[in-house]
Amino acid sequence: MIKQQFEISAGYKKWTNILLGVGGLAFVLGVVFLGMSKDELAQTRFWSVLLQNSTFFLLVVNASMFFICVTTLAMGGWQMAFRRVPEAISSVVPVFSILALLVFVGLIFGHKHNIYHWLDKEHVAHDPILKGKSAFLNPTFFMVWTIITLTLWSFVGAKMRKLSSEADEQMDQEASKKFIWNNTVWAATFIVFFALTVASTIPWLWLMSIDAHWYSTMYSWYTFASTFVAGMALVAIFVVYLKNQDYLEYVSEEHLHDLGKFMFAFSVFWTYLWYSQFMLIWYANIPEETVYFKPRMQGPYRGIFFLNLIINFVLPFLLLMRRGSKRNFTTMTFVAVLIILGHWIDFYQMVMPGTLHEHYSLGWFEFGILIFYAGLIMYFVGRGLTKKPLLAVHHPFVKESLIHHT
Amino acid sequence: MALKKFVVGCFEDEKVLFPAVAKVRKSGYKIHDIYTPFPVHGLDKAMGLRETSLHTAGFLFGLIGTTTAVTFMTWVFTKDWPVNIGGKPNFALPAWIPITFELTVLCAAVGMVLSFLYICQLAPFVKRHHFHPRATDDLFVMVIECGDKTNEAELSSFLNSVGATEVNTQVAEEGWWIGRYDKEQELYKQTNIA
Repeated sequence: MIKQQFEISAGYKKWTNILLGVGGLAFVLGVVFLGMSKDELAQTRFWSVLLQNSTFFLLVVNASMFFICVTTLAMGGWQMAFRRVPEAISSVVPVFSILALLVFVGLIFGHKHNIYHWLDKEHVAHDPILKGKSAFLNPTFFMVWTIITLTLWSFVGAKMRKLSSEADEQMDQEASKKFIWNNTVWAATFIVFFALTVASTIPWLWLMSIDAHWYSTMYSWYTFASTFVAGMALVAIFVVYLKNQDYLEYVSEEHLHDLGKFMFAFSVFWTYLWYSQFMLIWYANIPEETVYFKPRMQGPYRGIFFLNLIINFVLPFLLLMRRGSKRNFTTMTFVAVLIILGHWIDFYQMVMPGTLHEHYSLGWFEFGILIFYAGLIMYFVGRGLTKKPLLAVHHPFVKESLIHHT
Repeated sequence: MALKKFVVGCFEDEKVLFPAVAKVRKSGYKIHDIYTPFPVHGLDKAMGLRETSLHTAGFLFGLIGTTTAVTFMTWVFTKDWPVNIGGKPNFALPAWIPITFELTVLCAAVGMVLSFLYICQLAPFVKRHHFHPRATDDLFVMVIECGDKTNEAELSSFLNSVGATEVNTQVAEEGWWIGRYDKEQELYKQTNIA
């Protein structure tokens, strides 16, 4: 029995509800005990965790749309057999954009200068470095650029998904040519805007400005690599899940192998950027640059700093190196979960040292929000998957994907 | 190296070649090799060749490179000739990563090339027998090794019947100029290859 249309199973629903329930409870408790607390440290913890999770998961689901657009521009056909999966994942972008926007509104208009200390006008007036950056780091620019970014990601992504629905209908040769051209134009638009945001300004604004005195030219690429590899891992998890549930009959281990190659390659790419950023700063040893690595490498975050490298480089590198392990459902799922957790920790160590300093904690609230976001992803991606057939049967590149052979 | 007798069948098309491979193996003949003008996807599976261990060799060669680089630099910079470079510790691991990486890649690459040459028995001045000059152009050349009990005439007509356009018998020196290697070939199994 071929199943073209995804239906949410009882087990899927149950787990979504459990995750949402536990996560929601953690969030409510967090609001009560941390967000509304008089203790400034508890408040900072509350907002830091929200900032870390909302940016991380937004960028991770957005990586799916990047993947779609890149393969579209490269005229790649191999991913067509499972392309509806990244499409469903990217349909979460508008939802997570709103969540992230709420967090930013809370941060900027709540004047959380413990997180973004460039928000403190008096402090900036006496700080020549922050004064010099104030054309870029100011509330107006931050909010306007963030809103433009989130709107365009959501809008162009929705356009790409809508275009993809056309391939459910029969089309003649002229129509297919036009279809491919339209796809190319919108994918190119997305990529250009993606380069202006994820690959440059957005990580500067959202994350690097936590350590406002410090800067690194590798930072945005590093953030991009981090979220892209986690995004590919998320796609792999859903592909394996659907395959296990007897969907996606045309996806073979060849396709999974290629997803595995992406996870392997971009884990190495992430390490390359991590190292490029670290080594130059370590070698030059200039105080204004080493200030970023001092608390992370020699201070209270030492454990997390090295754990980050082990989870995100050593383990994926060794576990995914063999051809067989990239074709095995169990190892792929295990490594994918590991990669997502690893890059969540990576984001944790990007945010926390600048906001909480040595008072950080990795406890019920941090993991609670992580669980909450996992539940949200399951809920919205599941809903997105039910909306369309799992294979765009009349897409001109489908055949290429069916006979794909690595 | 020994002189062996081979029956050579030439095929014009991949589509004929694949069923022919299955039939030849089913009949119990030993395929010595198939020479193709370009890499044919799935032919290794159809021939029942075991998976190569070249990548395992590559990993080990890489490991040798890593260990060599790290131990040598550690010995030089901490034991043999410690130098104060910009106040850095003598054991300056972050600074050594590029060299370690490069030596790993170098050892893995060169090691794999040499292993590949050895497995393929390619070396300067070793002359390899060509079964058909068009094998590098547009012909798929299947070479079947003859044993003591092989009936050449029967095999030739069998190859013709499965679609070979040209069949002949050749005696050639084949085998290993150094070392021993028994080519493993699994028995034919019915599998569904998409």
